[in-house]
Amino acid sequence: MSAETIEKVIDVKPAEGLISKRRRKLVTDPLIDENPITIQVLGICSALAVTTQMKPTLVMSISVIFVIVLSNVVISLMRNTIPSRVRIIVQLAVVATLVTLVSELLKAFSYDMYKELSVFIGLIITNCIVMGRLEAFAMGNKPYDSMLDGLGSALGYSWIILTVAFFRELFGSGAVFGIPVYSYVSGIFGDDFKLANNGLMVTPVGAFIILGLIVWVQRSKTGYVEH
Amino acid sequence: MQQSNTYVIVFSAVLTVILGFLLSGSAQFLAPWQQEAIALDKKKQILGAVISGEEIEAMTPEQVNEFYNNNISSTVVDIKGQEVTAEGVTAEKVEIAKFYKKPAEERQYPVFMYHELGDRSKVKSYIFPLYGAGLWDAIWGYVALDTDMNTIGGITLAHAAETPGLGARITEPGVQARYVGKKIFDENGELVAVEMKKGEGKDYSSNPHEVDGLSGATITAVGVNNMLSSYLSYYSAYIEAKNSAQAVAGL
Repeated sequence: MSAETIEKVIDVKPAEGLISKRRRKLVTDPLIDENPITIQVLGICSALAVTTQMKPTLVMSISVIFVIVLSNVVISLMRNTIPSRVRIIVQLAVVATLVTLVSELLKAFSYDMYKELSVFIGLIITNCIVMGRLEAFAMGNKPYDSMLDGLGSALGYSWIILTVAFFRELFGSGAVFGIPVYSYVSGIFGDDFKLANNGLMVTPVGAFIILGLIVWVQRSKTGYVEH
Repeated sequence: MQQSNTYVIVFSAVLTVILGFLLSGSAQFLAPWQQEAIALDKKKQILGAVISGEEIEAMTPEQVNEFYNNNISSTVVDIKGQEVTAEGVTAEKVEIAKFYKKPAEERQYPVFMYHELGDRSKVKSYIFPLYGAGLWDAIWGYVALDTDMNTIGGITLAHAAETPGLGARITEPGVQARYVGKKIFDENGELVAVEMKKGEGKDYSSNPHEVDGLSGATITAVGVNNMLSSYLSYYSAYIEAKNSAQAVAGL
């Protein structure tokens, strides 16, 4: 095992609680301060591609949570046996297996979602967040910590893409989770009051704009500056 | 010591075998559910040509199957419009995508008949499958013809990978509704099908052979036009046979 791949080696005291402060931080840090999308700028591709509507985005989030958490645990369990020269291939093989499993499960039990997300489920394999966490954390930490770390990163990813999807679906299709909000609003105020859908929001450009605004708001609040 | 070549090779081999077993096992285990889901999806698409998408959405899978079994019957014909009676040939099992790679003369052509309220003796519309190429990947669908074998009663269009917001809009009910009421034959009885025009926002209600296009998705629209005209021509023998049979019955 090569030492330079380990981000931080933490001494775990034997009596540490299951939800100690340090472990809570593993989950909460990636939500805002170390957010994979807005701070580390990873996983942008899928954040643009799947976020036209809330429903497929939610399914995507659940899939990513499943893949990151499980691959982190599996790699962490194997971390002392993985030959360092082929570790990336080993990580990739584990991730690819899990992603294929997700894809097969969706095909069997949620065929509509499988059709809608199609290639993007497969592309979770190339999501930099997954490989990033394996290489930076799971290779050097115990399974339970790795699970929490994966959960944090996946949730950080999920809430951002769900927020992007909320605005894109609302402005682009006039709906939230498929519920036609715009037509309800027109219904209340009469036919003279018509809200038009913004076609730009449906294209990836719309995702860039929303994502940019989220990054802007977040950084102006936290004062984060890139060095 | 872990770093020896033998260790790396053995480790990789063992890992490959384990993951391989896991994947093939899960594929085997899930296959029945997947096939059921695919069959159900196909039925939904066929029904989509004759009833609205909202009605289908509101149905449970069991209701879809029941509605399909009660209201749809099917047959398989060849390019000459002759029924294919070979054993094991059922319309639902004909894979259009597979036959698409064969010459038109050798393909099997399924026909689905929609009966209203389960009355098997009366056909309300004939549903034909469509298959072709869009901009990025395959596009397909089902078109329903009324009993005059000329008026389009409805159409469902689906795609594998058209651009969201552009070509992918062929799946929208509003776009598919543009085809309803259009005619596939001109006054001289020539098959002209229906053409989706370039550009969007014009009124084509006076022209029975043209529909409004999709802005920014001309190539997808051309793909739709091609598959509609080619598949209607493959079925033209069957359509004409039905037409003349009805003319005889009408006398």
